[in-house]
Amino acid sequence: MTFRCPRRLYDDQLVNESTELAIRLRGAVKRYGAITAVAGLDLDVPMGTCVGLLGPNGAGKSTTMRLLTAQSIADEGEIEVLGFLLPAESKMARAQCGVAPQLDNLDVTLTVAQNLLVFAHLYRVGRHERREAIERALVMAKLVDRRDTRVDKLSGGMRRRLLIARALVHRPRLVLLDEPTVGLDPQVRQELWALIDALRSEGTTILMSTHYIEEAERLADTVMIMSHGKAVATGPPHRLIDEHAGQEVVEVYGSPARLAEVETEAGAAGLRTRRTGTSISILGVDGAGSPVEGERRPANLEDVFVLLTGEEID
Amino acid sequence: MATNAAAPPTQRLHRFERPALTGVLVREVVNFSSYWRSSTFSSTVEPTIYLLAFGFGFGSLVSRVAGRPYVEFVGTGTVATAVLFSSAFPARFGTFVKYQFQRTYDAILAAPVDTEELVTAEALWIATRAGVYGCVPMLVAIAFGLNPSWGMLVVPAIAWVSGFGWACFGIMIAGYAKSIENFSYVVSAVLTPLFLVAGTFFPISNLPGWAQFLANFNPLHHCVELVRHAAFGFRWWDLGRLGALVLFGVLVWRIAIHAMQRKLVD
Repeated sequence: MTFRCPRRLYDDQLVNESTELAIRLRGAVKRYGAITAVAGLDLDVPMGTCVGLLGPNGAGKSTTMRLLTAQSIADEGEIEVLGFLLPAESKMARAQCGVAPQLDNLDVTLTVAQNLLVFAHLYRVGRHERREAIERALVMAKLVDRRDTRVDKLSGGMRRRLLIARALVHRPRLVLLDEPTVGLDPQVRQELWALIDALRSEGTTILMSTHYIEEAERLADTVMIMSHGKAVATGPPHRLIDEHAGQEVVEVYGSPARLAEVETEAGAAGLRTRRTGTSISILGVDGAGSPVEGERRPANLEDVFVLLTGEEID
Repeated sequence: MATNAAAPPTQRLHRFERPALTGVLVREVVNFSSYWRSSTFSSTVEPTIYLLAFGFGFGSLVSRVAGRPYVEFVGTGTVATAVLFSSAFPARFGTFVKYQFQRTYDAILAAPVDTEELVTAEALWIATRAGVYGCVPMLVAIAFGLNPSWGMLVVPAIAWVSGFGWACFGIMIAGYAKSIENFSYVVSAVLTPLFLVAGTFFPISNLPGWAQFLANFNPLHHCVELVRHAAFGFRWWDLGRLGALVLFGVLVWRIAIHAMQRKLVD
């Protein structure tokens, strides 16, 4: 995907139609005192795609999200959202973005429809389009029959769907989802995945942060693995797996002493390994074969993540 | 690929726009529908109790103050108390709760709304409530013998201007406070002294000269005097008092924006 530098906005042209990137970060740095939350991040999110930021807690995902809404100001680097330079032009960018935060910040004493009404106003949906916009958001989030229910009477999954519906009420060109399914049970998570997938199939550009491997693997066209505020690998999930972990992995179970032996043998054969609790995984065995016998399984994104960052993830 | 996204907007967005103010105000109005009873109760009953307690308590000892029956004197004075109670106090707690616990401001600032617009709209809404609630003690005083006058029609406007300043003051305190416990310092060291030397319950002219001089820097005192003069007849120097209230409002408005910008945008 090529990036064409957006025309500056000094003239009457408000949106750069030629840009093919919804988000462009170059060398973004954000420090909080001695802590560097984002450490020179480069990120491209092409229009019409879903990009997942995958990393453990503290990797810098939420700070990156805040940088994109100018609620955090980068200490260094360049940030463009929908062709607008941040933070100077962030208001224009925010008008065309929808944000579903990690922390539930709905107005709990209001009904579902009232929450959407408030945000239809905040996002400047025209008076004549407001009713339709609210209906559309309710339908998309499957909350039509809950429109008059107070938020504090909703389940956790419904509240999360409402957060996403609220982000969609003005039909944004770009949606930022910060850990959209964190803390939800598997069934509710599946429902939200269906909702995000529907958005994706309609061509909405999505940037989603997550620390769930499966979520990134299922929904994202491109995954950026983050660790300590940096991108350690970027690409489509299957390509990242092929490049870093191969197609198959051999998993060997045994005593700690046995696992240490296996680790040594695999290392001697030029194969990479990773510890997975009570077992050890030998990566990239498809071509070379494994020096030891064990259970074969397809390589996954978690193998890549642990290999590249040395950190375990949920 | 077909897209569900809206067409890009055709207008450039600027600083300090009416739609952003309207959006925040709509949120406040819609929310108000769920808590107006408790808010109205606390903002009107407390000053009314002060009015009745002082009016009848002291009124039995002191029949006339500054040439007026004491109940009329205190009835007009407690308008400022009602304004303070319905603006500075809810602004402080409301602002702190919305950014610290409910994270409401994070949601609003993710929309095309800036901190300046957010603070202004919040203060406008609180000032409007103060403009209404501020009149309650005066209406109670009328029921107890205060003679209505045409000048009283401007009391809601005086309460609104004063309420805007105190709302901004409350937001400013919330913006600088590190924890909700810090509010106690402000109440004890700032609001209580200002409240007591505003001329609400006794004339400032009875205080020592230095205290009378300092009272000129107390916005609550100017509100008390303006309301009293609205009821009993304006003086030419009331323009100065109005100017002082406007100056107070503008000053704390800008400081409140600065405090909240630091708090909300890191």
